[in-house]
Amino acid sequence: MALFGTLGEKLNHVFSKITKKGTLTDLEIKNAMREIKLVLLEADVNYLVVKDFIAKVTEKSTGERVMKSLTPGQQIIKIVNEELTALMGSTNAKLTVASKPPTVIMMCGLQGAGKTTMCGKLAKMLKKQGKKPMLVACDIYRPAAINQLKTIGKSVDVEVYDEGTAKPEKTSLNAIKYADKKGYDTVIIDTAGRLQINEELMTELQNIKKAVNPSEILLTVDAMIGQESVNVATTFNEKLDITGVILTKLDGDTRGGAALSIRAVTGKPIKFCGVGEKMDDIEPFYPDRMASRILDMGDVLSLIEKAQANYTEEEARKLEKKMRENSFTLDDYLVQFEQLKKMGSISDILAMLPGSNKLKLNENAIDEKQLAKNKAIIQSMTKKERQDPDGIKGSQKKRIATGSGTTIQDVNILLKQFSQSRELMKQFNGKKKGGLAGMRLPF
Amino acid sequence: MGIFSKFFGALKKTKDAISKKISQIFVGELDDDFYEELEYVLVSSDLSVEASSEIVEEVKKLAKKNKVKTEEDFKKLLRQAMTDILTLDEDEDTYPTLYTIVGVNGVGKTTAIGKMAHYYKSHKKSVLMVAGDTFRAAASDQLTEWSKRAGTRIVKYGEGVDPGAVVYDGIHSAIAKHDDVVLVDTAGRLHNKVGLMEELKKISKIISKEWSDRVQTYLVIDATTGQNALQQVEMFNEIMPLDGIILTKLDGSSKGGVVFAIAKKYGIPIKFVGVGEGIDDLEPFNAKEFVENIV
Repeated sequence: MALFGTLGEKLNHVFSKITKKGTLTDLEIKNAMREIKLVLLEADVNYLVVKDFIAKVTEKSTGERVMKSLTPGQQIIKIVNEELTALMGSTNAKLTVASKPPTVIMMCGLQGAGKTTMCGKLAKMLKKQGKKPMLVACDIYRPAAINQLKTIGKSVDVEVYDEGTAKPEKTSLNAIKYADKKGYDTVIIDTAGRLQINEELMTELQNIKKAVNPSEILLTVDAMIGQESVNVATTFNEKLDITGVILTKLDGDTRGGAALSIRAVTGKPIKFCGVGEKMDDIEPFYPDRMASRILDMGDVLSLIEKAQANYTEEEARKLEKKMRENSFTLDDYLVQFEQLKKMGSISDILAMLPGSNKLKLNENAIDEKQLAKNKAIIQSMTKKERQDPDGIKGSQKKRIATGSGTTIQDVNILLKQFSQSRELMKQFNGKKKGGLAGMRLPF
Repeated sequence: MGIFSKFFGALKKTKDAISKKISQIFVGELDDDFYEELEYVLVSSDLSVEASSEIVEEVKKLAKKNKVKTEEDFKKLLRQAMTDILTLDEDEDTYPTLYTIVGVNGVGKTTAIGKMAHYYKSHKKSVLMVAGDTFRAAASDQLTEWSKRAGTRIVKYGEGVDPGAVVYDGIHSAIAKHDDVVLVDTAGRLHNKVGLMEELKKISKIISKEWSDRVQTYLVIDATTGQNALQQVEMFNEIMPLDGIILTKLDGSSKGGVVFAIAKKYGIPIKFVGVGEGIDDLEPFNAKEFVENIV
């Protein structure tokens, strides 16, 4: 579904002819930057932000030496990734707590961004942290908005204060007095969704702000928003001086370039994101993960790191030698299984790969139990059998199956997989270094 | 005039974005730099890189062929290229028709249905609303409010009820009362949620079994949505073939440029645009007018 392939693929294409060079030429960098530009635009990062960003990355990339272990393509990705993460704020930002309770959190945003639902999620999260939150219904325009908040309040067991369609600034002020009396320590105010060009409603928000002096003014933004994100964020920030941003609907398949745009133009941190329809589906915002998501490259860097950390130089050399000599045996296969397990579950690893969220991964597609089964099968073989799997006969298979508590079919499947892996390795050997082999493969 | 002025107000910001920027970059030579800037201008209105570059290539060719010199002539070409993309074959509306309105959360499905009800009502059709969103808290309350405003009948149950049952009863109520237009609201769902999409499949099955007249499925898209709109079209289209798009919230400074990408890639026409918060702020879409108010 990726419209143009992943950034990694594109950059590898750009750099395919120059993997051996120590530095990158201006033209190569220029071509790479064009690809990155497109990737960012397709991810809905605002084009002005893209322009700025590209200028910065170009400067960084020019003249920088290619690191030993990375290809130029990967190195550029690394720079881009680091810059993106830095731009989005390197660590996640926490909620500000008022010195004198109750802490007031005011929500704002466009219609349909998911404010009301987010109010409920925040309340539930705070409750879990031992706080005593209360919700205030100040969206007096959308039909049934107050009812919606009440239903949500009930589902998370948090009181909802409302005064029907009375003036929101009055309602919120009374709500705080009420909260104080009842011993609530956090008040979350739901406001009407509005277009940022709606002056009247913006004034209403300013009035609420004046009346209750909130510790947090959180702008709720739909992660699917396009180029418009910059105008939205700028206006809300100018009018209300927001303290942070909440990104909703991040459980969709949007790349969420808005996160970058908003952060870049307002400088305000993204504090949380909504990742599902249930009231528990709220998470702190992780800039590094978002960077990878925008680049549509999965968490390749952590994957590389993980692979390297779990794989000693010596092991790697041994394997490489065996691969080259085609003396790869079932014993080695067993070691590979162990390596794989050390890196975490296979589904975790796959989730880190670029484009994997688009693969519609069937959770059951990768069976960890199968791995354990395979292990048992190999361990039930004699040393000779492991060295020369091709020579395993029917009677031996039966013994192995009984010994490992599996069936002859299972044994056959494993043997077939093994011979396929061996074929694959032969093919790798045929290829030159660089490309795929440039990245040390853990399997 | 009414439609035109509304469009004009709604798209004013968009026009500023595209038209003014073109004036800024139109400083003489129509060279590669100019066309690259032009592509940026279009992309910055959510037109997608793909649609933008196609439009740019097209006008580049035409501008050369026709030896275009002035800004106004150039804009004319651009308008033509953009209108061409949005002009698609559509069949005439006949009645009775059952419209299923689908879309991701928060795009304004329920509001769009309220406005559609008013639109058909003012065209002398009898309208029934079916509150098929039994998931979102108070969604059926919201639709009830709209049915009062528009003065139409509504079939609804409480929250958590099987939406299939609501749709079934709605259809049979409409058949019994000979309604011209049935508007089925559905729960907003992110298009990558398998379970919820399965539910939609079920609704779709009930409709095709119980309703023998014309059916139309419209996808509601928020005009502020970026390139993810393409994924939305793709996934919904797989489950219920889409006949049209309703573009909402065009009353912001949002551009809705993504409809170009949708028209180009999927050939699905835009049926309505929501241009304001009032009940009559939903207009049938007109490609030429839309483009003329952008460029």
